[in-house]
Amino acid sequence: MEKSDDKNTAVTRRDVLRDSVRGACLLGAGVFGGLLARKSAGEQMVWQIDPYKCISCGHCATYCVLQESAVKCVHSYAMCGYCDLCTGFFEPEPIALTTGAENQLCPTGAIIRTFVEDPYFEFTIDEPLCIGCGKCVKGCNAFGNGSLFLQVRHDRCLNCNECSIAQACPSQAFRRVPAHQPYILKGQENNE
Amino acid sequence: MSYPPNQNSRILPVTISMLKLHLSMPPILLTGLIILAMVGATYGLERFPPPDFETGYELPSTTTPPPRALFYQYLDLAVLIAALALASWFSLKKRSRRRLFGLMVFSLIYFGFWRKGCICPIGAIQNVTLTIFDRGYVIPVTVILFFVIPLIFTLFFGRGFCAAVCPLGAIQDVVLLKPQQLPVWLEHGLGMLAYVYLGAAVLFAATGSAFIICQYDPFVAFFRRSGSLEMLVLGVSFLVIALFIGRPYCRFLCPYGVILKTLSRFSRWKISITPAECIQCRLCEDSCPFNAIEKPGAAPLPANYRQGKTTLIILLILAPAIMALSGWLGYKLSAPFSRMHPTVRLAERVHLEETGQVPDTTDASDAFRGTGRSLMSLYEDAEQIGREYSWATVLLGVFIGTVIIIKLTYLTIRRTQTSYEADRGRCLACGRCFAYCPIEKNSNEPANI
Repeated sequence: MEKSDDKNTAVTRRDVLRDSVRGACLLGAGVFGGLLARKSAGEQMVWQIDPYKCISCGHCATYCVLQESAVKCVHSYAMCGYCDLCTGFFEPEPIALTTGAENQLCPTGAIIRTFVEDPYFEFTIDEPLCIGCGKCVKGCNAFGNGSLFLQVRHDRCLNCNECSIAQACPSQAFRRVPAHQPYILKGQENNE
Repeated sequence: MSYPPNQNSRILPVTISMLKLHLSMPPILLTGLIILAMVGATYGLERFPPPDFETGYELPSTTTPPPRALFYQYLDLAVLIAALALASWFSLKKRSRRRLFGLMVFSLIYFGFWRKGCICPIGAIQNVTLTIFDRGYVIPVTVILFFVIPLIFTLFFGRGFCAAVCPLGAIQDVVLLKPQQLPVWLEHGLGMLAYVYLGAAVLFAATGSAFIICQYDPFVAFFRRSGSLEMLVLGVSFLVIALFIGRPYCRFLCPYGVILKTLSRFSRWKISITPAECIQCRLCEDSCPFNAIEKPGAAPLPANYRQGKTTLIILLILAPAIMALSGWLGYKLSAPFSRMHPTVRLAERVHLEETGQVPDTTDASDAFRGTGRSLMSLYEDAEQIGREYSWATVLLGVFIGTVIIIKLTYLTIRRTQTSYEADRGRCLACGRCFAYCPIEKNSNEPANI
């Protein structure tokens, strides 16, 4: 329109060029979008930890963009041995097998130990207290059944496009999973 | 770690019962069982079989809180489309800075503080790139639409997205208190950074290394009101600069802005400063904090016709050399760039450890050894990524070289214009200039476009 000084309605060469490029761009965007849509899913992808790759290094507690990490410990009860001497609960060489803080591995006391029947004890995670440090996971994996493991809790996760913990994860255990199956639970793979 | 001999733990009875079991079995079965037990031990599973409870204890189930429902993603998309439509209407038809500002604050609250800045069209560049290059990656439909819809709007109505929809633009716009004009050469020079950033973002997304746009998003820490110290320092420094220099991220870094800038040059409708004929009163001359108003007369660069012509000829002769040079530079940078990929970093670290150049191990190398993968397969993967990088960085170099040549060519072409107009590409459609036009003030009629 820069050149049309007397008649605003006059079609200039520049306008024709602009129109054709715009048409080409629209076509391009349409084709591009269509090609992408062929490889797309109708649902969101969310972040999750593969518990078999996780080495419980502790980065989940510190690298999450949330002040209180979206990663928490979860317990697969069906795998648990219900041990009295739980190596996910107790410090190595505990003074006594009691719930005293000096005996506990968890820095926030987020594991609740309850007596079920002799000699079995149930261990549950008090989720609001759990910081996702993975100390109990390490202990449980080292000498126990590995029934304690870390998972991204989707009621907390912001689902950042680029997960900060995934970037820092030394074992590349983070991956995107479809939102209808947002957890990788140990001991339940065969059910799916 | 060592554990005390267990007085009352279950380790002992289990072992004894297993031994009893073994004694009553034929030797072959026994060997098989021992092997099975050893395999079990290496994976740390079923060391203590789950007990059979006698007191009627029921196993609690593991809770699995679901992610945000799909419905909300379509809500986000609807809000995006509505905001884009309103932004176009306010900037082209209503010509109202106040309405645009209101919409901008809404977008800042909704897309920024409420939705915490994810997913945004800027970051979607990387998802789209990764979809093209990674067969295994599945992109959600909403992300494609988030990427494409603002592009289509821009082709018709200009950069309404930048004006009032993008939360990153909004947070910089609301803090702009004392705008300073940058010299033209600096404006053009800094503008080139965005192309480099776009090229690098595409490179790292295509190779599956990292999403750097999201990683170095300066404002997302404010939106989440949480983040690392580096993010906070980056964000605060951008906001301090944004007090004086209008929207520094949008103009000099935003990779999506580069695409929108290009498409906006071909938009069907564009912002006009005046609702009618420009009377060249010069009142709007300094009204644009983003240096997007073109003044009548010759473009400020080049100084004269002859000089421009000479520069252009030299430039076109040098063009292949510039592209070759930037491609070569890209090739030279492929090794350091490839370290953005975690597998390459891991392979280098493991190599250092294997050859005894470093005494200790890292979490990553320990984790790799824990997987039992062979060294060779890791090195091969890293080499494969390295090869991808070597041609991708050449392409990146050539792309940047081409952009530089196009930019320089654009600057040497002498254009004249007759009125004050917003540059189609650089105009962010913020609507600040409307109020400066005396014709606007006198007319009560909405302007024709």
